[in-house]
Amino acid sequence: MDPFLDFAEPVLDNLDLYATGLWTTLRICLWSAFLALSLGTVIAACRVSPVPPLRRFGSGWVLVLRNTPLTVVFFFVAFGLPEIGVNGEYYWFAVAALSLYTSSFVAEALRSGVNAVPAGQAEAARAIGLTFGQSLGQVILPQAFRTSVPPLVNVLIAMVKNSATAGFFGVAGDLSWVGDTLTSGRGYAVIPVLLGVVIGFWILVLPAGALLSVVERKVAVVR
Amino acid sequence: MRSTQRVTLSVAVVAALSLAACGDGGSDAESGPAPSFSPGTTMAKIAERGSVKVGTKFDQPGFGLKGLDGKPAGFDVEIAKLVAKKLGVSDKKIEFVEAPSKVREEYLQQSKVDFVVATYTINDKRKERVSFAGPYYVAGQDLMVKSDETVLTGPDSLKGHPEKKVCSVTGSTPAETIAGYLASPSQLVLFDVYSKCADALRTGQVSAVTTDNSILLGLVGESKGSFKILNNTFSKEPYGIGITKGDTAFCEFIHGTLTEAAGSGDYEKAWKDTAGTIEGAQTPQLPTFESCS
Repeated sequence: MDPFLDFAEPVLDNLDLYATGLWTTLRICLWSAFLALSLGTVIAACRVSPVPPLRRFGSGWVLVLRNTPLTVVFFFVAFGLPEIGVNGEYYWFAVAALSLYTSSFVAEALRSGVNAVPAGQAEAARAIGLTFGQSLGQVILPQAFRTSVPPLVNVLIAMVKNSATAGFFGVAGDLSWVGDTLTSGRGYAVIPVLLGVVIGFWILVLPAGALLSVVERKVAVVR
Repeated sequence: MRSTQRVTLSVAVVAALSLAACGDGGSDAESGPAPSFSPGTTMAKIAERGSVKVGTKFDQPGFGLKGLDGKPAGFDVEIAKLVAKKLGVSDKKIEFVEAPSKVREEYLQQSKVDFVVATYTINDKRKERVSFAGPYYVAGQDLMVKSDETVLTGPDSLKGHPEKKVCSVTGSTPAETIAGYLASPSQLVLFDVYSKCADALRTGQVSAVTTDNSILLGLVGESKGSFKILNNTFSKEPYGIGITKGDTAFCEFIHGTLTEAAGSGDYEKAWKDTAGTIEGAQTPQLPTFESCS
């Protein structure tokens, strides 16, 4: 038999399982990306707002979530919440943990974008009578998002890979779970199975990276 | 001040080392005369080496659990000791290596261990990569629920209650078996270890935990009365001793050792000292062996 086919047999035999794993991981990532971007924007707005308690809330949020290991965040959500009587699907616990963790990085990426907007823009916005909300929403953030595209892409790519943690916190069926099931349950060799998992993540991340670099070219701010 | 501390420390280290050396010297006397085996066999190699590496679980109460003293204890550990003893290796010369489910075949193929006794169910997929001696015990899959559970009576009652989730360990045989009894795949929750399943049962995230009754017994024992086992087994899980693929001579040797241990009462004693101490555990008979291949 062809040595390559022999080696790749664990993956080729279970393509359907890998496909469902890819789909589950993709869904978790889409939800988490949406929630993390929304939440991160709110936190970034808090951090640059003129209201001191909001600024402190924003910095506290980033301080705690950015400096806590992801698995610990997962642990607190998936095992801590049921402990205080909050029961739910592990799928949504995973989305929540991933979103909370990623939101702190999104907030920081956006803040760097906000800081890159020349101070004259904010001053001009104030000078024509825009409120803080208006100047942030219509002048500062649109420019900040554009400058933040590269760091945001990094954050989202990291998030996709971080989603591999979900399979170890009760979520059945994601890519990392597929790898675990094939090796420990069905006795396939570890290396080819995990290479299959790696390829799965590449399928998710590489097109996302390519797409976003197109976006980056389109929206880049020329200064 | 600092130099004084350093001197004290080194004295302590030397003392500890010499104590350790004393302990080592003492153990040789117990092993007795080495038995002889035909050259080239696994038995001869182990006997000549005078030590053996055994893969076992470190987290299975009753079968292989590493306690605070750092030594694993349980029925699997006792079975490993019986085999080692027959090879002329004393208990102190056995090195127990933690062998979680997913690395057991790997460890045997890479010769990281000489054999594996780790609640290791014999199945055909695994036989493609390793060989098994035994079975030395036949477990059966069962369900563990909260003590006040009344709705769930067995696996067949799961389909009618899709909101009642079942927990098991990723990639385990019980996880694959229970899938056939469920209303949908999302009724199954999977973790890497059973202790997390027990935690999820306690906090109400799941309604049942399923795996071999042997493992559930340990969890029931630890729950201090808040969990119970349904005693409604729905599978047969023959536990074998994993060895290098095709090592029939070693397999036959282990069969001989187990048969002798059953005759002398050592097998029963191994059970009664370990898993047999858990409430509700029944002393097993040594099962009929599969043929060595």
